[in-house]
Amino acid sequence: MVNKNARATNPLLGQDHWNIQLDENGRLKHFLTIEGLGSEILTEILDTAENFTSVNNRVVKKVPLLRGKTITNLFFEASTRTRTTFELAAKRLSADVLNINISTSATSKGESLLDTLYNLQAMQSDMFVIRHQDSGAAHFAARHVAPHISVLNAGDGRHSHPTQAMLDMLTIRQNKGHDFSGLRVAIVGDILHSRVARSQIHALNTLNTGEIRVVAPRTLLPAEIEKLGVKVHYDLEQGIKDADVVIMLRLQKERMQGAMLPSELEYYQQYGLTTDTIKFAKPDAIVMHPGPINRGVEIESCIADGPQSVILDQVSNGIAVRMAVMSMTLGTTAQQTGEDK
Amino acid sequence: MNLSNRLLIKQGRVIDPANNIDAIKDIYIENGHITAVEDQIDEPKAEQTIDASGLIVIPGVIDLCARVREPGLEHKATIASETRAASAAGITTLCCPPDTDPVIDETAVVDLINHGVTKAAHSDIVCLGAMTSKLKGEHLSEMAALKKAGCVGVSNASKTITNTLILRRAFEYAASNDLTVFIEPNDPFLSNHGCAHEGAVATRLGLPGIPDAAESTIIARDLELIAEIGVKAHFGRLSSSRSIRLIEQAQKQGLNITADVAIHQLFLTEMDLSTYNSHCHVLPPFRELRDRDVLRMALASGVIQAVCSDHQPHEEDAKLHPFPATEPGISGLESLLPLTLKLVSENILSWPQAVAALTTAPAKILGIDKGHLSKGAVADITIIDPEADWTMKSKDMLSQGKNTPFLGWGFEHQVKNTIIAGQLIK
Repeated sequence: MVNKNARATNPLLGQDHWNIQLDENGRLKHFLTIEGLGSEILTEILDTAENFTSVNNRVVKKVPLLRGKTITNLFFEASTRTRTTFELAAKRLSADVLNINISTSATSKGESLLDTLYNLQAMQSDMFVIRHQDSGAAHFAARHVAPHISVLNAGDGRHSHPTQAMLDMLTIRQNKGHDFSGLRVAIVGDILHSRVARSQIHALNTLNTGEIRVVAPRTLLPAEIEKLGVKVHYDLEQGIKDADVVIMLRLQKERMQGAMLPSELEYYQQYGLTTDTIKFAKPDAIVMHPGPINRGVEIESCIADGPQSVILDQVSNGIAVRMAVMSMTLGTTAQQTGEDK
Repeated sequence: MNLSNRLLIKQGRVIDPANNIDAIKDIYIENGHITAVEDQIDEPKAEQTIDASGLIVIPGVIDLCARVREPGLEHKATIASETRAASAAGITTLCCPPDTDPVIDETAVVDLINHGVTKAAHSDIVCLGAMTSKLKGEHLSEMAALKKAGCVGVSNASKTITNTLILRRAFEYAASNDLTVFIEPNDPFLSNHGCAHEGAVATRLGLPGIPDAAESTIIARDLELIAEIGVKAHFGRLSSSRSIRLIEQAQKQGLNITADVAIHQLFLTEMDLSTYNSHCHVLPPFRELRDRDVLRMALASGVIQAVCSDHQPHEEDAKLHPFPATEPGISGLESLLPLTLKLVSENILSWPQAVAALTTAPAKILGIDKGHLSKGAVADITIIDPEADWTMKSKDMLSQGKNTPFLGWGFEHQVKNTIIAGQLIK
């Protein structure tokens, strides 16, 4: 008799695709999503990044960790912050960097993602940093590239943006300490389309954050979001009440066209972080934003530039976190070489 | 193929739900037709005898929805490749929806398909005609001409008619021509280019979701018009428990409607998308475990009468993209019968129920005189080994499309022989 419930793994996907991010020794091989990574690895990323921040503050901002390695930035979507900080991170690790913007390149001529990857692979790249409009694109790439290549997800569709989440965690840790269990974090805005929010939620939960809230109208909330381990609020004042960390998300203008919101003005009145509404959070709450900011749409200028804002710290931390992930996935960390001490 | 005019099938367990038969019997076939079904037939004139002892003999399987990709998408599959795969999988008749290229909205396209079927000489194909020209939902197609050309019903395939006035007229015109309308309920606005069931898994994976309501709102809308007009209607490829509730209510109120489910919906759920397995990209999407169980119960209770393959063969490249960019659909011909019979092993269906869902019910829905083993019937017969123990492998598949999430699955039931119009094909 056959086992009636037999569920064989799909040979096309290889074995154990859940742990595709980790190599056989449990070390980070690709960085695709926060989900499935334990707090030890997240803490290792944060600690390594912390070490690299000293490099970034030196006069000569360069360590030879990845000398001779080639890192390809493969961006299928426009990006300024993420792409430049990935590029800077690679350069500060002494790697060679190739920047490819696909919106102006081969796929517009009909080349598939897979063909693009294989071509770049033939150019002896050691790492792909990929941003793509489709959820799952980084997983897809990791599954198909040659075994020596690491894939870093720089944002895939609505799914995941793990380096952004880690730089946010680093920023929170620098401001609120290593123990997240007493923290109340509110994420406000377009959760539905946000890969940043999803990655933040996974990271915050893995790091044992006390309470995570998402705040948005229902049109901007994905179905059953509470199953990711968050509390849902439709009301900003309730949502950020006594929060230690308030993370504002960017509201894209095209959301008005899809009848998701009536107007920017009404959104600002309902969900904008202003001098009036920030009072509901704790007095020492920090304000974060993954950028780019829409001043006067989701956040008032004086809050974005005010004493509680750590938005520019996030950008600086972005370089250190990306250096950390690059060095960890390519197998050499700052601690091993003692380079930064 | 073995051309012989007189064929005798000995001592198989004959399951023929249309005639209420489930017993060990002999079947004698002469000139393409069944001439006798008896406990014991000794016919020395038989040119060929099949020893079916220990095997199950059922009417040839009828697949309510299978795309053969011809005309228009021959790089994915052809009539020749898919009818061959079908006949090897025990499917003797396929129903082809009108979403070919060009669309089946003219008799010439029906003729083209029929010509291909004659040439391939494997399973038979019946066509559904387009309800509106080019499936655009704007002008009625020439339904009477399509019917004369051989179309067994009309459908707008997955292109839901959004203008309710045109929908009403299409239903009325189909009713005047005594044509059944085949509906794949899907609201394109609510689906909004989604690729996964709107729920916890899609949220986690960041995949654009398709809510249950994309299906059920169209069912609710169409049921009102069906009740008013009295057109014969069939709802195909249902995926959600809310849809089942609507269909069940309407049937209880005496509405003459039928329904089918794609067999893969009875085995997989949204959880199977967890690794971005593009072979699980289907429309309508795999929904929750609860939905799968409600669909199974609905098939067992008769709210859903038939299962189909919803066969959509693809070339390998079609699935080699990030999940949302892949083309939806499963190459399902070769898993239709083994999966359906898994439901017998799992005690969800009885043998006669499973056989009816594959044969009698689809024949009745299509209004064709097939799906039974009566004396005088066309000899379309499938013979099954119930203790085969085999594993589905890509290299063994005959369909040109190898895109199926069931690769590596183990099955007990395997088609041993297929007889089409009295000819032993396999």
